[in-house]
Amino acid sequence: MRDPSLFDYACRLGDDSLILGQRLSEWCGHAPMLEVDLSFANVGLDLIGQATHFLKLAGGAEGAGRDEDKLAFHRDVLDFKNCLLVEQPNGDFAQTMARQFLFSNYQELLFRQLCSSANLTIVAIAAKAVKEVAYHVRLANEWMVRLGDGTAESHARTVEGLDWMWRFADELFEVDSTVESLIASGVACDVRKLRSEWDARITKVLRDATLDVPKARRVTKGGRVGHHSEHLGHLLTEMQFLQRAYPDSQW
Amino acid sequence: MVAAATTASLKDQVFEILSHVPDPEIPCVSVVDLGIVRDVRGGTVIITPTYTGCPATLAIEADIRTALDRAGFSQMKIETTLSPPWTTDWISDSGREKLREYGIAPPPKGAAKQSLREISAECPRCGSSHTEELSRFGSTPCKSLHRCLDCREPFDRFKCH
Repeated sequence: MRDPSLFDYACRLGDDSLILGQRLSEWCGHAPMLEVDLSFANVGLDLIGQATHFLKLAGGAEGAGRDEDKLAFHRDVLDFKNCLLVEQPNGDFAQTMARQFLFSNYQELLFRQLCSSANLTIVAIAAKAVKEVAYHVRLANEWMVRLGDGTAESHARTVEGLDWMWRFADELFEVDSTVESLIASGVACDVRKLRSEWDARITKVLRDATLDVPKARRVTKGGRVGHHSEHLGHLLTEMQFLQRAYPDSQW
Repeated sequence: MVAAATTASLKDQVFEILSHVPDPEIPCVSVVDLGIVRDVRGGTVIITPTYTGCPATLAIEADIRTALDRAGFSQMKIETTLSPPWTTDWISDSGREKLREYGIAPPPKGAAKQSLREISAECPRCGSSHTEELSRFGSTPCKSLHRCLDCREPFDRFKCH
C-alpha cells in the first residue's frame, strides 16, 4: 500500500460522513414536517459529498485501484472505520437530533483544524465543507433548544435520545497509534485538543435547552478499528444492496 | 507572443461556448454565470462544484463535455478542483439579475462571508425586504425558502455561502 496511515485516516473521515449521511437519508419522506424533511435530506447530501472526496483520497493513498464507489459499496462491516455514534439508529426525531448535535459540533471544530492540515487535499475538502457544516450546527443547536425547552413530551424524548448517544461521544476524541504518526507530520488533527471547546459548546446549548449534561458512563468505542455495533451491518445491507446484487453495475 | 494570443482566444472561445450551458437545476443561469467554470489552462477546463454534495455536479460535467465536443473541442480535458472553495461571490452580475428574473432572490454581492448572519432576503417579485425565512434548507442544497410579507409570495433564495 502506498500510504497505509493516510488510507486509514481518510477512511475514518469519509466513513463518518458516509454512514451518517445514509442514516439521515432514512428520514426522507418520513420527517415530522417539510422543513425537517428538507433539512435532513440536505445535510445528508452534504455528508455524502464529503464522503466522496475523502474516500477518493483514501483510494489514492491505497494505490490499489479502488475508487470512492468501490470503497463505499464493496467493503464489509469490519473494514468500515466510522465512529459508533454515526451508525446508531435514528430512533425518534429527538434521538436523531441529539446524534446530529453531538456530531456536527465535533465536525465543525475538526474541519476548522483540518483547514491547516499538511495534506492539501484534506485542506481543500475541509475548507469547502466547513461552511456547510456551520449550517448543520445551527440546525441541530436550534432544534435541541426547541425540543428540550418545548413540551414535557419533547423534553423527555430528548433526554432519552441524548442519554443513548452520549456514551458514544468519547470515541470522537480518541487518538490511537495510526493517528499519532499523522498528527506528528501535521496531516491529522489532534482531536483531544478539541474536547474542551466541544464541551463548552454542548454545555451552553443544553443549558439553553433546559437539559442537563448526561452523566458520564462507561465509554463504548471500537468503530475506528472496525468493531461495530450490530446496526452497521443492517445499514450496509440496504446501502450496498444494488452493488451486492449486481456487482460493478453502472448506469 | 503568438502563442499567448492563441491561448487567450482559446479561453475566450471556451467561455463563450460554456456560457450557453445551463445549470441543470436552475436553467436560467449558465455554468459560467454561476462561477462553476474557473479557468482554461492549456488544453484543460477547470471547474469547481458549488456545494460538496450537489447532486448536479456529475450532470454539469457531462453537459460541459457534450458542449465542448459539439463545438469541436473534444480534445479538451475537464478537471475538477475544490480549491479555492466556491463562494456565492463568484456568481456574475448578469447571473444575479437572471436569478432575480427567474424568481430566485440572488445573494447580495460580497455576502459570502456573512453566510450565517441574518440578512433579510429581498422579494424577487415586488422588491420588498419585508420578508421571512420559512426553511433554511430548500429544494436544492444552494437554496433556502422564504416568504414576502408584503406581496405574500413564497420564493427561493440562493444561500449566501
